[in-house]
Amino acid sequence: MKYAYFPGCSLKGLGRAYEESLLPVMEKLGVELVELNDWNCCGATAYMSVDETKACILAARNLAIAEKTGSRDLVTPCSACYLVLNKTKHYLKDSPEIRGSVQRALEGAGLRYSGEMPVRHPLDILVHDVGLDVIREKVVRPLTGLKVAPYYGCQVVRPYATFDDAWNPTTMDRLLATLGAEVVPYPLKTKCCGGSLTGTLPDTGLRLTYILLKEAVRRGADVIATICPLCQFNLDAYHDQLTRQWGPVPIPTVYFTQLMGLAFGLPESQLGLRRNFVRMKPLPALPARA
Amino acid sequence: MKTNLTNGDIRIGFYICHCGHNIGGVVDCTAVAHEITGLPGVVVSRDYKYMCSDPGQELIRNDIREHALNRIVVASCSPLLHEHTFRNAVEAGGLNRYFFQMVNIREHDSWVHTDHAKATTKAVALARAAVLRVRFHRALETTRVAIHPDVLVVGGGISGIHAALTLANAGKKVYLVERDPSIGGHMAKFDKTFPTLDCAACILTPKMSAVRANKNIKLWTYSEVAKVDGYVGNYTVTVRRKPRYVNEELCIGCQECIEACVFKEGKYPDEFNVGLSKRKPIYIPFPQAVPQVVVIDPERCLQLKSGRCKKTCVEACADRQAIDFTQKEEMAEIKVGNIIVATGFKLFDAKRIPQYGYGLYPNVVTSIELERLVTSSGPTGGEIIMRDGRTPQSVAFVLCVGSRDFRTNRWCSRTCCMHSMKLAQLVREHTGADVTVFYLDIRAPGKGCEEFYDKSLKDGIQFVRGRVAEVTDWALTPEEEGKLVIRAEDTLAGVVRRIPVDMIVLAVGMEPQADSQAVRRLFNMSCGSEGWFLEKHPKLAPVSTFTDGVFIAGCCQGPKDIPDSIAQAGAAAAEAMALIDRGYIEQEPNTAYVVEEDCSGCKSCLPLCPYTAITLDGTTQKATINAALCKGCGTCVAACPSGSIRQHLFEDDEIFSEIEGVLTHA
Amino acid sequence: MIQVPRTVKYEAERVKGFGREIMSVPGCEQLMRCIQCGTCSGTCPLSVYMEHSPRQIMALVRADFKDEVLRSRSIWLCASCYACTVECPREIRITDIMYALKQRAILEGIYPKRFPIPILAKEFFKMVHSKGRITETLLVMRLFLRANWRAVLSSWRQGIGLIRTGRFVLRHERIENRAQLAGMLDSDLHDERRITPKEAA
Repeated sequence: MKYAYFPGCSLKGLGRAYEESLLPVMEKLGVELVELNDWNCCGATAYMSVDETKACILAARNLAIAEKTGSRDLVTPCSACYLVLNKTKHYLKDSPEIRGSVQRALEGAGLRYSGEMPVRHPLDILVHDVGLDVIREKVVRPLTGLKVAPYYGCQVVRPYATFDDAWNPTTMDRLLATLGAEVVPYPLKTKCCGGSLTGTLPDTGLRLTYILLKEAVRRGADVIATICPLCQFNLDAYHDQLTRQWGPVPIPTVYFTQLMGLAFGLPESQLGLRRNFVRMKPLPALPARA
Repeated sequence: MKTNLTNGDIRIGFYICHCGHNIGGVVDCTAVAHEITGLPGVVVSRDYKYMCSDPGQELIRNDIREHALNRIVVASCSPLLHEHTFRNAVEAGGLNRYFFQMVNIREHDSWVHTDHAKATTKAVALARAAVLRVRFHRALETTRVAIHPDVLVVGGGISGIHAALTLANAGKKVYLVERDPSIGGHMAKFDKTFPTLDCAACILTPKMSAVRANKNIKLWTYSEVAKVDGYVGNYTVTVRRKPRYVNEELCIGCQECIEACVFKEGKYPDEFNVGLSKRKPIYIPFPQAVPQVVVIDPERCLQLKSGRCKKTCVEACADRQAIDFTQKEEMAEIKVGNIIVATGFKLFDAKRIPQYGYGLYPNVVTSIELERLVTSSGPTGGEIIMRDGRTPQSVAFVLCVGSRDFRTNRWCSRTCCMHSMKLAQLVREHTGADVTVFYLDIRAPGKGCEEFYDKSLKDGIQFVRGRVAEVTDWALTPEEEGKLVIRAEDTLAGVVRRIPVDMIVLAVGMEPQADSQAVRRLFNMSCGSEGWFLEKHPKLAPVSTFTDGVFIAGCCQGPKDIPDSIAQAGAAAAEAMALIDRGYIEQEPNTAYVVEEDCSGCKSCLPLCPYTAITLDGTTQKATINAALCKGCGTCVAACPSGSIRQHLFEDDEIFSEIEGVLTHA
Repeated sequence: MIQVPRTVKYEAERVKGFGREIMSVPGCEQLMRCIQCGTCSGTCPLSVYMEHSPRQIMALVRADFKDEVLRSRSIWLCASCYACTVECPREIRITDIMYALKQRAILEGIYPKRFPIPILAKEFFKMVHSKGRITETLLVMRLFLRANWRAVLSSWRQGIGLIRTGRFVLRHERIENRAQLAGMLDSDLHDERRITPKEAA
């Protein structure tokens, strides 16, 4: 299976561990992700705050490049990219004004986008295209005894996700269970982590982050699994501040792809685990065979 | 020019009405009358201020006599308003009432155009069309259909019960068919009713007993309507009578068989207590059930499922031998003239809004579950005990669950504000707990209801205007530990609040029954976009449907409270009685008919009729139309490939001459 | 003499047509049907930090109180988590309305000065225009320099951590075809309502 792949700026920067763990895991499953040629920033939430039409043009350039590759789908792991690319698709369909401006901009650059190419998330690909049965077969070191709190964040499940429920998504829960992990019921699985507010208004943003970490610890989780690079950074990088301001929250946050890699027996060095601020404890010992 | 085939000379009287200023202010009526004078066959052409008035009608009657007129055309308002008036006038003048054609130059002309000259030209064209058409009108007769005096009432809730009693007390024979093993409906589950706080059972059970005792009512519970054939006044209904495995004539409701059952304790969710308690496979729905007859659940009874049981129940009933495992489903056919559908509603499934935690957190309950907890004859004897065994110290009511929500149901369920306040008052009374009601609006129309709201406030119930987005179980402060937390914006106070409570009650909205689509097709009824059965007119005919002889009453027509349900039930009974006491119904003759020699028996028309009025005659193998069912929609007329179906009042020559009249310029 | 502030809103303060302008953004026409139920504020994780709750912002927009809305910090606190949009019983796209308000606040220059969030948005905008991609660490440094240079000091822990874990990037990520992108973004210039990178400064 081959897909066009849009990493987004974060996966080359702060979130590089996500790409580092995503690509080998996909390779193990026979999925090839082909990075788009000369892709540009999707615009995320910040660009959309300045100019809507330009934001759509920005995103549409990537969609046009993706369509040119002839792949069936475009896969993007970053939540913000997933949101923006899907939103642009919707706006192109719903607003003749925006569609006109975007078409003009694309034509001027010698590009075109039909508006049809689906933009999907790796979680969707893994659970629905590859399938949990195939994934189960590849597990060589089940994550038995590891209690994982699945954290989806907002922008993948709301408002455009068609592959899972907006209120109570379960694709990652099922995926983690397939890896042998014990999935901790985590009612805050789609609550906002604070996003970029942790950088601009720390007292506000970090409190949202703190609430997530505190409840995960309360529920007995050993680790939080996340699907978004900004969520991972927020949950991972501020423990000192959080402890000082509110209280200790001794729990690491990893990408779900890193857990997949561990379950597939891939070497830790290949999964970017050393990039976490808060290191994950070694996996619990497997129960002795009877 | 072809003339009518009946008698030679066509003599037309044309009248154009000024309708005060409504028409006369835009259309030059005198000029129109003058134009029409020149048309062939027109003997009299007048304009008058108010044709529908007595003098106006008198004008028509006199002219018919004096000028030997045999066709009348009136150009005025909408036929929906006055066609009947003028047809009566024509008939009073001695002519067949269908030798009349009406032209709408008000709603279709003077009320929608501003250019006077053009409006007048249009009026002339429309009038000319009618004058050319009316020459081809044939003499037609209204048909009379006799009405069978018996009535079928479907649904044994408060509406069905009241309709049945009203008709039975008037001497009519009523079949009351109810799907559950007992009548009583939703009202039987309530503790008290608003706004009087009357005990629901105390006001309902006398009516239920009266149904049982009334000789004119044949009560068929645990039965469903399977098929409806026929038309107004002449319905043949097949009722499926489900087997109770207990002989209704012999059982006296002593319930010793239930005591003796091999199941020592109840094991299956009790439907009447909405799953809050358990029952045995042999059970009586509730203590005041009517009829007081035991019923056996074939899905759960050991004897019926496996054939292997000690049958201690049969032993216990040795003297009366009422238990009969050989009972089978029976189909009973009855003939009735009218049908009243009072099938009620179902409650919104709170699991569809997972944000509220129903099914996830044990102490989130629905309003009907709380109703059973509060009732002294309920599973907890009237003690408000939560699923985890504790008594709540704080209770929150969440309103508009599955109502006023574009994502689930758009409508307002009308009764939830009142019943939530009622339950809130009862909770306060029983437990003294802190009660908070989270609402969008408090809707308390109706007598005594605003005062009820006032009483709720006086009782110390807290009202927070803010729709609850979600119920959570994670705490941010010590006081929230172990409780369910509601985070909502108190919009009136202008601040976001977190309120921890022990128990949450969801005011679930009303919905049409799960099988309402199948049911309405049985009775040939329409429904609105929301699924509620459609009344003939929302203001003027709330209990009639578009199918003559079928009436609706109660919540199946739309959410409403008990007084309104009873009012509708009485209204439906009255409408049915009006038909029965007159003894016949008159049908408009604008029905389609088949010219047999032209019909090829291709059967293309049969599936097209929305009123199932066309059948294939077994002997002739030709299509035949039941005039009593036909509503004159014209579909079959248009579709017939051989043109063998025609329609009275819309014959080809009538329509083509009308077209000719409009298109020909003077 | 003790002075007590007086708050009343006169009709003259309304900018007629502002509400309708916001509602012309695709998906935002539903705002006309807002029943002010407060679900959005109830579910918004940031509403407790906002001077105007999301519901109040919607009421003010519909009532054409443009100035108060665009000057409010509340719209900048929206984290685009879309919880309100998903929970709204009238299916109003509240988050998208917030975006529309942010765009107009920047266009008209009415946003609160030295407030970090609009500053971040503008720095982001400029970096995309010149490089085509965002280098997060560099973006955050620019943000601190512009908004609050003291924050550089309090963030030293994150800085050290990022260097330690190899996530600290000092070189700008750029795309090859910057000219193509710039051409595409500027193709929209003929409409006076659109802003240029220079204006964003």
